[in-house]
Amino acid sequence: MEAVKQGSAAIGLRSKTHVVLACVNKAQSELSSHQRKIFKVDDHIGVAIAGLTADGRVLSRYMRSECINHSFTYESALPVGRLVVQLADKAQVCFLPFDFVLVVLVLGSSDFLLKLDFCLVVIGSSFGELWRDLETRDTPRSRRAKSLQILQTYCLTRVAGHYKINNSVEVCTQRSWKRPYGVGLLVGGLDESGAHLYYNCPSGNYFEYQAFAIGSRSQAAKTYMERKFETFDSASREELIKHALFAIKETLQGEKLKSSICTVAVLGVGEPFHVLDQQTVQELIKSFEVVEEEAPAPQEPSAAPEEAAAPAAEAAAAPMEE
Amino acid sequence: MDPNSRLVMEDSQRTLTPYVTGTSVIGIKYKDGVLIAADMGGSYGSTLRYKSVERLKAIGKHSLLGASGEISDFQELLRYLDGLILYDNMWDDGNSLGPKEVHSYLTRVMYNRRNKFNPLWNSLVLGGVKNGQKYLGTVNMIGVHYQDNHVATGFGNHLAIPILRDEWREDLSFEEGVRLLEKCMRVLIYRDRSAINKLQIAKITAEGVTISPPYSLKTFWEFSAFKNPTAGAEGSW
Repeated sequence: MEAVKQGSAAIGLRSKTHVVLACVNKAQSELSSHQRKIFKVDDHIGVAIAGLTADGRVLSRYMRSECINHSFTYESALPVGRLVVQLADKAQVCFLPFDFVLVVLVLGSSDFLLKLDFCLVVIGSSFGELWRDLETRDTPRSRRAKSLQILQTYCLTRVAGHYKINNSVEVCTQRSWKRPYGVGLLVGGLDESGAHLYYNCPSGNYFEYQAFAIGSRSQAAKTYMERKFETFDSASREELIKHALFAIKETLQGEKLKSSICTVAVLGVGEPFHVLDQQTVQELIKSFEVVEEEAPAPQEPSAAPEEAAAPAAEAAAAPMEE
Repeated sequence: MDPNSRLVMEDSQRTLTPYVTGTSVIGIKYKDGVLIAADMGGSYGSTLRYKSVERLKAIGKHSLLGASGEISDFQELLRYLDGLILYDNMWDDGNSLGPKEVHSYLTRVMYNRRNKFNPLWNSLVLGGVKNGQKYLGTVNMIGVHYQDNHVATGFGNHLAIPILRDEWREDLSFEEGVRLLEKCMRVLIYRDRSAINKLQIAKITAEGVTISPPYSLKTFWEFSAFKNPTAGAEGSW
């Protein structure tokens, strides 16, 4: 979660027919190139990430393979909602930084006990439900005590794969080689039921949004979008992109918005997911700024540049809401 | 275990020949959706052994599957599809598998089994309506699949498709569609030895799937040539 908060900002917003993802691309130095934070997952799904971009790449590769497999078997686009659930489940299975041992009776057989924490990786997340249940009710210590008691009375049988179980019940619980995916994903997609925007946390939770922002200084963007989100549903493609650019501008806190530091991607009905090239973005920025510069002239010509950012956006909003 | 019996065991795990088979299935698109007809016969070789085999089954909310060929393989397919539809329903998220998806899935299954030299010995007709779009396709045991306005399996390809090519129109009403299908089924009853005069017609529209109860067509056997069949060549016994 912290990793997400420290990554550079990414925002997403949707209308009924389009989804726009945008992010701030800060290069490490003048000499280096920008990190890619927006990935195309399929013609109808794209993802913007914030946090550990390496983890983001791994997850977008997973998403791409899920989409392609679905396309191959069913010759149709994978509904975004299902992809997002599969992604969220992935977060649950892969990392288990919990200090307890869960013991479960396997259905149908005569009292097998399996040490489950990393068995989940092999057996599958169907036991995850039980496991999550226990987790919320007991404290780690009481869970451990209970499960150790049970372990002592039954003999443990095989656990697939990684490690052996000691009969002396010296079980290690935390794995040093496993950690959560440190990346937040804004998944935007289009399916039969319309355009969707989801946010997937490293915790495995996911939520659907009309508009959202993640990463550092995302609160400024969220504030802007909270003011405007009611118009998003029926906004046109151009208005949506404009709102996205303004939201990005908010996160820059006074720095000038240039196409070299931001990336914008669009997808919608009749328009497969694609990243807008720098020139297009620069032209869009220019066209929005022209309207913006007109507005403060009659209002606050002497305003300092940093302060002009907020009132300018506000003033610019007025003519555009017409 | 001697090596010979082992081979026999392996072979008996694969489908080599069909045993209880259904004959043709015919499907057409009409104005409001899709109509599919099949008779209710299950032949055991040359014997018309079973006379109440339902060869048309609804799949999910939007599709219907008709099968000819090995009946047990059809039942196996229904189990696969049951699992698929259940999994789809469990998502409970407003999305559902349409006929195109089911057809694609069946194609993958049939082709994969064929590649393992263990085919599901069926020719399938898959029809459905989703979001106002009509869909009619077919897959057979080697994985050949296509969509069209009218499809048929088995003998239907030879006897029914020519009729449909002449008489099918885009805007057939329900009654016209049924009449057209009955015309094709009648020819099959007369000329296909594995067909029986007991059939079902299924209708798939945006409202859903309905399969008619079994009924028979009127046939005419009073041709004068039938009255004295040996007139041309009297035998001594």
